[in-house]
Amino acid sequence: MTRDYFEFLELPRNLDIDPKDLEQRFYAFSRKHHPDVHARKSAEDRAQAEEAAAILNDAYRTLRDPIKRAQYLLKLEGFDIGEQGTKDVPPELLEEVFELNEAIEESGKGEALEPFRVRFAGMQGEIDTELQHKFAEWDRARDRAILAAIRGLLNRRKYITNLIAQTNVPD
Amino acid sequence: MFQIEFDTNTVVGIDLGTTNSLVAHMSATQPEVILGADGDKLVPSVVSLTPAGEIIVGNEARRELIDHPDCTIYSVKRLMGRGVGDVQQELKLFPFRIAEDSESVIRVRLGEKTFTPPEISAFILRQLKKNAEAALGERATKAVITVPAYFNDAQRQATRDAGRIAGLEVLRLVNEPTAAALAYGLDKRKEGIIAVYDLGGGTFDISILKLQEGIFEVLATNGDTHLGGDDIDNRLLHIALEDIQSEWTEDISHIGEAVQTLRRDVIKAKEALSFQPTAQIEFEWRGKSYHREITRELFENLIRDIVDRTLGPCRNCMKDAGVTPEQIDEVVMVGGSTRIPLVRSAVEVLFRARPHTELNPDEVVALGAAVQAGILAGTVENQLLLDVTPLSLGIETYGGVVSKIIHRNSTIPASASESFTTGVDGQTNVLIHVVQGERELAKDCRSLARFDLKDIAPMPAGMARIEVRFLIDANGILNVTARDARTGKEHSVEVTPSHGLTLEQVEAMYEASIEHAEEDLQTAQVAQARVDADAILLAIEKAKRNDAYRELDDNERRQIEDAVRGLQSVYHGEDHHLIREKIDALNDVTHHLAENMMNTAVSSALKGTKI
Repeated sequence: MTRDYFEFLELPRNLDIDPKDLEQRFYAFSRKHHPDVHARKSAEDRAQAEEAAAILNDAYRTLRDPIKRAQYLLKLEGFDIGEQGTKDVPPELLEEVFELNEAIEESGKGEALEPFRVRFAGMQGEIDTELQHKFAEWDRARDRAILAAIRGLLNRRKYITNLIAQTNVPD
Repeated sequence: MFQIEFDTNTVVGIDLGTTNSLVAHMSATQPEVILGADGDKLVPSVVSLTPAGEIIVGNEARRELIDHPDCTIYSVKRLMGRGVGDVQQELKLFPFRIAEDSESVIRVRLGEKTFTPPEISAFILRQLKKNAEAALGERATKAVITVPAYFNDAQRQATRDAGRIAGLEVLRLVNEPTAAALAYGLDKRKEGIIAVYDLGGGTFDISILKLQEGIFEVLATNGDTHLGGDDIDNRLLHIALEDIQSEWTEDISHIGEAVQTLRRDVIKAKEALSFQPTAQIEFEWRGKSYHREITRELFENLIRDIVDRTLGPCRNCMKDAGVTPEQIDEVVMVGGSTRIPLVRSAVEVLFRARPHTELNPDEVVALGAAVQAGILAGTVENQLLLDVTPLSLGIETYGGVVSKIIHRNSTIPASASESFTTGVDGQTNVLIHVVQGERELAKDCRSLARFDLKDIAPMPAGMARIEVRFLIDANGILNVTARDARTGKEHSVEVTPSHGLTLEQVEAMYEASIEHAEEDLQTAQVAQARVDADAILLAIEKAKRNDAYRELDDNERRQIEDAVRGLQSVYHGEDHHLIREKIDALNDVTHHLAENMMNTAVSSALKGTKI
């Protein structure tokens, strides 16, 4: 099979990635693979360059975003990151979701939902901080239990993102 | 091994614009725009069919807009890659004559003939190619052509097809704002964030780029493919037509020649308003005249909403690029419409930066295309363009909902793989509908093409697995390949473009254009041979009245008579070789006559002279 995105960019399977370093790699590999650089070669070589550049661009797009990066790594490590678990309300959020639904039914829109939006955004911020810690932990320990925890956080985050979207009802 | 034919001198950069087109090349040190035979850098994107059936392009064709509006077309770029249903709005404002037999691809009527938009664009490209070849003294067969950044797949394909029909190998399609950034970046190797605001004749683009160590990375692009100077002209045209209707109590809006004349006159006023506070619309038609003074204030009120329509895409573009106005270091202005002071001030307010206008906004895109041509030819080193796809690519799923597989503003080349299977036992083909756009439902997006995965071996539903790879190449054009996941074999895909020409059609048009070129050459050669035949026949007719003719013997005179009849018998034929042959034969038998005439001339000259 083809190389994975980490291998392609000659990176270890780390989750805590320095964006500046990633960008430099992306630029350096672009100078190597971009079709413009291969314009004077044979049609076959050009097609190969097109293919390699596409993988490079896909890799950069995936790895530059911390959430996509974590999802990608989970998949590589054999974790199922399907939709399950995202439909069921996480128990600790039950009360929040109940209140939100009530508020939406009552006033329905805009300003009335502002407190919810603020609260959920705060929760998302907490998850992001926690994810950051777990990322560093994984890079040090390479323990699959950490990945399982990351998966849990990602699911929770996704649920909250959906809640935030629900609060964005136009006036 | 591979024999690679690549002459570094022949890659030209072409700006195929809505209003004007230009061709440029890389000189030893810098990009340069190439002049046409008429000394003009700009070739108006106007094509006209003369009564003799000849195609003329540029300034010459523009003059025909007034006298022969039915045989002349401008702004054809607005029709590129679009279907009849897409252009109803344009038809209200532009005198396009869409042929009744138009199907998925529009056909436009020029006099008695019909052409597709790529064919008309090909006429313009062929003119530019000719200009480049004449100026550079070498063949120009390879080109970089620019397109609006917001052009969709069909519009890009149509542009590439136009190149092919014109006999050009299109090495790359480059987005116009990105090309402009390249042209500016050449002499200032700066680092930072640049916004390129490109308001042309018919399209608006905004791109935000990050410049670093010679890499031009487009962060995001946005725009409107139907917004430009033409819309501004239409506003002025509209008020002038209203005035005229009330002043003359005559509606001239259906008289092609009158409207074209008036359009020319309002454009003059518009252009003047960029440099002076008031301008006059002066219009004369069949002895009547219309005059109106337009102040800049009135003009600005008239076009404010058009200018405002460019700001939404600018804000969205900044959002997608993840930058604030404060982070933008430079703003570059492209397109003739950016000369308008209101446009400049709106841009300045939005980006909080004084826009760059050092390079001529009409030329900067062509100059950038030449730089890109240099990059591809290897003469420009260290610079690299990383562009993005302007629109998301998706496939239609159950219920007409779009599943996005490549998101907008993804760096290209970009790819995505999807696995498809059958839904019914024994099903042997799967149809994939690919769309482009940001909306949730396929019907609200732009239909690109239908891909038919055929010849699937019959098996129970859900058993087949076909991996389809979607690749948007560096030109922003979609390529689709399919592979049977079980056997690993390449799977055939039949493509039906929604609004494009098939490969076969493009090839046929290219062949036809070559045939026509040969036909044209043939006609010209026959005409020239007849001119020469006329000359010699006339000379002989005259000679017969000369003494020298009488001095020839019978045999000589008969030979001449035979040769004259020989030439006359082939004169009306279409074979210029044969005409030339008979001219030569006639020449051969008249040597003695010619000598005699020389002598007679000498002796008659002598007669009048006293020795």
